[in-house]
Amino acid sequence: MLRSLGYALFLAPAFVLQAAAQTPAPLAGQGCLGCHGSAGQGQGPVAALAGRDRGEIIAAMRAFAANERPATIMNRIARGYTDAEIEAIAAWFAAQPR
Amino acid sequence: MSLHPSRRAILAGLAAGLAAPSIGRAQATARLVIVGGGFGGASAASFARRAHPELDVTLVEPQRSFVTCPYGNLVLAGRRGLDSITHSYDGLRARGVRVVHDRAAEVDPTARRIRLAGGEVLGFDRAILSPGIALRWGAIEGYDEAAAQRMPHGWVPGDGSQTRTLRRMLEEMPDGGVVGLAIPGNPFRCPPGPYERISMIAEYLRAHKPRSKILALDAKEGFSKQALFQDGWRALYGDMIEWVPASRDGKVTRVDPAAMEFETEFGTRHRVAVGNVIPPQRAADIAQPFANEGGWVPVDPVTFEARNAPGVHVVGDANAGTPMPKSGYVANSTAKQAVAAAAALLRGEAPPEPVYFNTCYSHVGPEYGISVVGVFRAGPDGIAEVSGSGGVSPRGDLPEQRRLEALYADAWYDSITGEMFG
Ligand SMILES: Cc1cc2nc3c(=O)[nH]c(=O)nc-3n(C[C@H](O)[C@H](O)[C@H](O)COP(=O)(O)OP(=O)(O)OC[C@H]3O[C@@H](n4cnc5c(N)ncnc54)[C@H](O)[C@@H]3O)c2cc1C
Ligand code: HEC
Repeated sequence: MLRSLGYALFLAPAFVLQAAAQTPAPLAGQGCLGCHGSAGQGQGPVAALAGRDRGEIIAAMRAFAANERPATIMNRIARGYTDAEIEAIAAWFAAQPR
Repeated sequence: MSLHPSRRAILAGLAAGLAAPSIGRAQATARLVIVGGGFGGASAASFARRAHPELDVTLVEPQRSFVTCPYGNLVLAGRRGLDSITHSYDGLRARGVRVVHDRAAEVDPTARRIRLAGGEVLGFDRAILSPGIALRWGAIEGYDEAAAQRMPHGWVPGDGSQTRTLRRMLEEMPDGGVVGLAIPGNPFRCPPGPYERISMIAEYLRAHKPRSKILALDAKEGFSKQALFQDGWRALYGDMIEWVPASRDGKVTRVDPAAMEFETEFGTRHRVAVGNVIPPQRAADIAQPFANEGGWVPVDPVTFEARNAPGVHVVGDANAGTPMPKSGYVANSTAKQAVAAAAALLRGEAPPEPVYFNTCYSHVGPEYGISVVGVFRAGPDGIAEVSGSGGVSPRGDLPEQRRLEALYADAWYDSITGEMFG
């Protein structure tokens, strides 16, 4: 039992990674991909969000919305989303491979 | 090769999934046909393959590669070559999209068939049209396709020849000449586009032909990001740019390409060394059967289906009746919603609640970028901007904000085109 579980975990990554890569971002978060990279991998000077801590992304979005974090544009963006949307979007980015 | 039981089980499960008849099978053959491989169409195709592998996706686009309108103004400035804004369809092919290089000639929403100019007929379960705009030849007297060789529009890039012609004319004009622009009333493709173009032409002239002038004749009283653009123009280009609103006789009603003259509503004639005419517009021909009197297609705010053709979703610049600008980002955002709605309706489910997103960056000069943001939702009265969100970059003497926005604009271009074509 233990051994086969170990095996499953050992063999799993390829499938798991593929599955994760195939889970699309929540629709509300699709707009983020036009700047942060199509899989959240970052683009030039725009930070990667893939694989970041979920809580950290949520906290950053709240701070942007409240003008408590320096921003050229994220303050204007963050104010357009509900808490529930931000939580779902953050969870998706956190689950993406770096 | 010997497989461990657990792995064999996974593989067997996968095989079963693939072979499953009934529902699984029916979904695997649902046909999504997309017309137009630009911002809306390429976004729809890419997103459909990533998010809905059960859809069989065909993309119809006559051009072998796509030249973007965005960043075309940077080609005019001499900052970029056309190559850097030209994208191949190989990435979409690699994602499993069938790309057909032909022109759609007719959409039959009842029989659910699209006839191509080359004769092929494509049946569909859902269609997405994102064919962009057509120019209204003749709306400005004397401005037809022949005139556009002497006075390019550069507003529908096609194979890039319009942008190339305009660039060559700027290179050939003498120092001290006048570059004239004719700018249309609303609605039109890319509300800040003409003003970014003025900026990028000014950037080139300031460096190479500093005694020249830009005369921007506008059929409107105001424009997108106006205060920010005009602050930037004053700071960077002094009095090089003269912008004339309709009330001060800015509306161009006739052009004479042989004489290189613009004539305005009240009869004033302007000689120009280079003439850039951005004429009034409408949805592209293929979408006209679904359009209103204004020439744009009214759509459902959640599914983006044409009001008179359920099953045919019209995204991008061709649709009407939304407060969202005709931008590449809106085409991308609405295309994804249309695909998600189509997939849900094919499953017999309700379409998802949309959140539409727009950002338009504009370059005003070297290390000088500005932006406008909008987040939109569908409510009982149609699509509306989320109050308290979005808006334009702050005004004032903010060199670091401008420098960063110019850099982030470049990142936007690479990110969104990577998503569409990568
Ligand atoms: C100078 C300029 C600068 C711009 N800058 C920006 C910017 O910075 N950011 C931004 O978000 N937007 C920008 N835009 C706006 C943006 O280019 C458009 O909003 C966007 O291209 C609209 O996408 P679309 O899919 O509707 O049309 P398009 O992108 O034009 O694509 C339409 C495609 O459909 C094809 N087609 C047409 N008819 C048929 C047919 N019958 N059969 C098959 N295919 C057909 C065409 O060949 C074309 O490839 C700019 C526009 C201009 C002109
Ligand atoms: C138009 C481009 C653009 C879009 C769209 C965009 N971002 Fe950003 N993002 C930026 C930029 C630029 C920054 C740097 C801060 C600034 O200047 O506003 C940033 C910063 C961030 C940061 C902080 C990263 C760090 O390490 O400091 C987070 C988190 C973030 N964005 C999340 C999001 C989410 C979630 C979305 C979608 C809801 C989104 N962004 C959409 C451009 C964008």
